[in-house]
Amino acid sequence: MVNGKKLLIIIPALNEAASIGDVVGEIRGELPGVDVLVVDDGSTDHTAAVAVAAGARVARLPYNLGVGGAMRLGYRYAYEHDYDAAVQVDADGQHDPRYVPKLIDLLDDYDLVIGARFAGEGDYTVRGPRRWAMAMLSLVLSGLAGATLTDTTSGFRAANRRMIEMFARWYPAEYLGDTVETLVHAARRGYRIQQVPVAMRRRMAGTPSHSPAKAMIYLGRALAVLTLALIRR
Amino acid sequence: MKLTLVTGLTGLVLLGTIVELLRRRQLREKYGMLWLGLLFVVIPLSLFPRLLDGVADLLGVASGVSLVLFLGIVFLLLVCIHLSWEVSALEEETRTLAEEFALLRAEVEAERAERAEWTHRADPAELVSRDG
Repeated sequence: MVNGKKLLIIIPALNEAASIGDVVGEIRGELPGVDVLVVDDGSTDHTAAVAVAAGARVARLPYNLGVGGAMRLGYRYAYEHDYDAAVQVDADGQHDPRYVPKLIDLLDDYDLVIGARFAGEGDYTVRGPRRWAMAMLSLVLSGLAGATLTDTTSGFRAANRRMIEMFARWYPAEYLGDTVETLVHAARRGYRIQQVPVAMRRRMAGTPSHSPAKAMIYLGRALAVLTLALIRR
Repeated sequence: MKLTLVTGLTGLVLLGTIVELLRRRQLREKYGMLWLGLLFVVIPLSLFPRLLDGVADLLGVASGVSLVLFLGIVFLLLVCIHLSWEVSALEEETRTLAEEFALLRAEVEAERAERAEWTHRADPAELVSRDG
């Protein structure tokens, strides 16, 4: 229970054995009494075992589905077990669980709350094509949602009952679909979306990619996903 | 005459292949019927390649053979698109199955762990008396 809500933390994880134990441990330490569900998205390492040892519930997918598949599974779990709220947290430790109550607090007035970088807190910066892609996504999605959304691809988001119910039925598995397309879909159907500024931490394991070629490809794919999401029903 | 023999035989071999695959139940009927239907157009054309010359003339195509080639490519393209569509649908189905499966496995494991904890916690004496 956090702020009177039965809360589920959903962590999609793919080969995160190095960090998942600390992430789960920290969440359980900061948010006592909260249930943690790690969705093992077809890992080939000991992610599932480490997560269980850390005290999480684990749902293991038989093969890799991508973040979208893992998240729909998480939301279905939340829906079937009657949770009031579900918060998605990354398995690499870049999301600080101390922000979770802040996100949850807004769920009375909003259906989906995004923990956003670039919103005043923290010092996360990006440059080049990746920045353009984010600016474009932010502009279009803010317009659709009727709220300022600076970090549309953030994997730190909280959903209330209404949102959980929709995501349990519909959650795209394609690249960027789990972030961008869900926002377009939800905003269009009248779900209220808001963001909360959060500071991101450095990843506990793994390295982020900084190649400009990859950033260009990212921009192209972001454009394609956004355009498709906009022309879909 | 030689050419007619080659094309005609090719058509017949294809027909035989489809029928055999259908007979062994290795091809779903919906696809088998598609290819059989196509062969019933192709085999007469392979024996009498001039059949479509009239239609070709009507459409402004120089020869019936060119028309068949064009239609063949369009048809194959459509089949490819259809197959991509089918694969997309299949992927969505297997995705749903995988999720359902993971959900069920999580439930079963949770239940099993709970039961193990219960038997572990229960008083051994009580267990004996219950069994007796």
